[in-house]
Amino acid sequence: MSGGPGGGAMFPIRVRGLCHAPNGRELLSGVDLDLGDEGITVLLGPNGAGKTLLLRALCGLLVPCSGTLDWGGGARPERGVMMVFQNPMMLRASVLANAVLGLKPLNLSRHDCRGSGMAVLERVGLAHRAHDSARLLSGGEQQRLALARAWLTRPRLLLLDEPTASLDPSATAEVERIVREIRTDGTRILMVTHNLGQATRLADDIVFMSGGRVHEHTPTRRFFSRPQSDEARRFIQGELPWRMSF
Amino acid sequence: MAHELLKRIRVAVLGVVLAGAAQAATAAESIVLASTTSTEQSGLFAHILPIFEKTSGISVKVVALGTGQALDVGRRGDADALLVHDRAAEDKFVAEGYGSYRRDVMYNDFVVVGPTADPAAVRASSDTSDAFRRIAGKAATFISRADKSGTHAAELRFWKAAAIEPVGQSWYKEAGTGMGPTLNMAAGVDAYTLSDRGTWANFKNRQNLAILYAGDPKLFNPYGAILVNPDRHPHVKKAAAERFIDWLTSDAGREAIASYRIGGEQLFFPSPR
Amino acid sequence: MFASTLTDAIRLLATFDHRVAEIVGLSLQVSGGAVVLGTLIGLPLGACIAVGRFPGKSGVSVLINALMGLPSVVVGVVVYLLLSRSGPFGAFGLLYTPLAMVAAQTLLVVPLMAAIARQVVEDAWQRYAEELQVMRFTWWQSVTTLLHDCRHSLLVAVLAGLGRAMSEVGAVMIVGGNIDRATRVMTTAIALETSKGDLPLAIALGIVLIALILALNAVAFGLRHWAMRRYG
Ligand SMILES: Nc1ncnc2c1ncn2[C@@H]1O[C@H](COP(=O)(O)OP(=O)(O)O)[C@@H](O)[C@H]1O
Ligand SMILES: [Mg+2]
Repeated sequence: MSGGPGGGAMFPIRVRGLCHAPNGRELLSGVDLDLGDEGITVLLGPNGAGKTLLLRALCGLLVPCSGTLDWGGGARPERGVMMVFQNPMMLRASVLANAVLGLKPLNLSRHDCRGSGMAVLERVGLAHRAHDSARLLSGGEQQRLALARAWLTRPRLLLLDEPTASLDPSATAEVERIVREIRTDGTRILMVTHNLGQATRLADDIVFMSGGRVHEHTPTRRFFSRPQSDEARRFIQGELPWRMSF
Repeated sequence: MAHELLKRIRVAVLGVVLAGAAQAATAAESIVLASTTSTEQSGLFAHILPIFEKTSGISVKVVALGTGQALDVGRRGDADALLVHDRAAEDKFVAEGYGSYRRDVMYNDFVVVGPTADPAAVRASSDTSDAFRRIAGKAATFISRADKSGTHAAELRFWKAAAIEPVGQSWYKEAGTGMGPTLNMAAGVDAYTLSDRGTWANFKNRQNLAILYAGDPKLFNPYGAILVNPDRHPHVKKAAAERFIDWLTSDAGREAIASYRIGGEQLFFPSPR
Repeated sequence: MFASTLTDAIRLLATFDHRVAEIVGLSLQVSGGAVVLGTLIGLPLGACIAVGRFPGKSGVSVLINALMGLPSVVVGVVVYLLLSRSGPFGAFGLLYTPLAMVAAQTLLVVPLMAAIARQVVEDAWQRYAEELQVMRFTWWQSVTTLLHDCRHSLLVAVLAGLGRAMSEVGAVMIVGGNIDRATRVMTTAIALETSKGDLPLAIALGIVLIALILALNAVAFGLRHWAMRRYG
């Protein structure tokens, strides 16, 4: 099969003029975005800005009504893009079975799946729960399991939608550690969060969206010190003092 | 694990089914006899078939239907032999080449059954036509099998002989079912009906019903055995079916038929030779 | 009348003989076989309809739902005509055998089981579709994954199929012929005893039938309850 994760022609990803307007309501209106082949990009913006829609468009779940998506000069590769949803699904099965779910389309042997599944559970700190039911895990553990599931497929680009939205600080820290490790493994990460502290800790650069538009895309430090758009400035001022108290 | 358990249960069930099927396929020689509900429900077969099976090693599988349906089943080749009671239809069946031949086997008689209160005074009838006229005259509820059975055919003959056209009358109910269900209905609503003596004798849910008229030679009810024509249906088990028909009309078979009694009463009489 | 029939029935149950056991055994074999086949055909069929995207999908769903109410007599007549010596499959000589009864009951339970499976799997599919799509699951991989994930809820479909198969009389009567010691099952025996006016025996068999279905449901309920606790 061509276009596997090994293929080099995925980056840079160029999004140009992406529009999505079901039933006449413009939800994405001319989104432009460039993603290089390294690092963690955090997508910020108020609720309803269109962040989730953008992630869905990037992994092919949403067909935009206009605009182009260019993956290193070609179409989106068959494999190599993975997304972890805000409320990841958990099969009524063991933690291990859920971890290896993404390998099913690769038709690996049961033994190989098991081995790599245990290895990735080890890395997210869930190996001791491998044979428990996934649905009985806590929210933080489920989020880690979802990350493990995505990680195991060795994606080139990983999309994370608010992975720490309802987690306590220590569970959040654990998720952040795993996200960094996945990045170190060579996976490009684009993640949505409302936690500005988390953004400063993880992001190499920030994309700010509101009202279905990307207003700016700048390195993290500059975004927080000198935001360029009015919307971003107001967004940070509304949030920043409170978040800084961490 | 529930999954493993379910899997194992599934495998076990499948095994049982296949074993059952295999067992059915390897059973001793057997023939299918299409017969009438009245014979089956009278209990006759349960009495005579084990005797035949013991001497011949052939098991007889009885499918009990109305005579009309039984003849249809024979016409389609789904039975090897028939034992039915509608002389005219039987002769037609053989004449049309569906059956090889027909033999007289036995007879019993029909009885007019009704509520013991007998509002139509059927007990005082002089003959069968009179009994039917009395029922119609009082517009007393009468339940007809209306299922193209031998009994139904006989009933229609009796109405015709009495010069009455009952179909469509408010007191005439067409049940479209077997003898037993018809008797259940009659018992439930205190109605008159025509039954063969065998089914009646073996019928337990009589409630207020009793035999009100019987004994007229016109109520004679002969049963004939037919071999389904192997020339038309080559799969018919000719040898075994003929052996059964021969046995029915042999001394041993006649003896077996004559010896079936309920409460001391003989229900079927071997046909005179 | 009713009370005395009932007490007679219960007295009969106390003297449960091996003829009754044979009839009950055949009932379980025939209906069990039909439900095994129904599970192998109906559940994947329902899941395929739930997951698949094809023209006329809603039409097929409506059709399957409507076929749930198919009268068993109609199925009986159709299978009779197919298996009759004069029918297309007459050469196999299956009419008036337990296999014919299994075939008829399978036809009867497949729509029922498929309809329930379609509903159950569709609900799960709504929840999982996007994530499975992102993982590049093929259509068939989604079907098998969902069937496995819904296995405890699908037990309901299996039970419904078993209930329908064990309690129907029209189809087995026609294609089995209610032959003593060969194709007589509980429902046809009940019909026969009722015909004979032997209501206590009919009710005794009815009690056995209900008790069996009740027991199977209780086991399935327990299994499901256990699974819910185990898997959440
Ligand atoms: N399938 C849909 N149909 C109509 N509106 C939608 C759909 N999905 C999302 N929206 C709307 O699009 C807007 C952006 O949604 P989303 O991308 O989920 O926001 P967020 O930035 O909070 O993730 C919201 O106003 C939402 O109501
Ligand atoms: Mg969102």
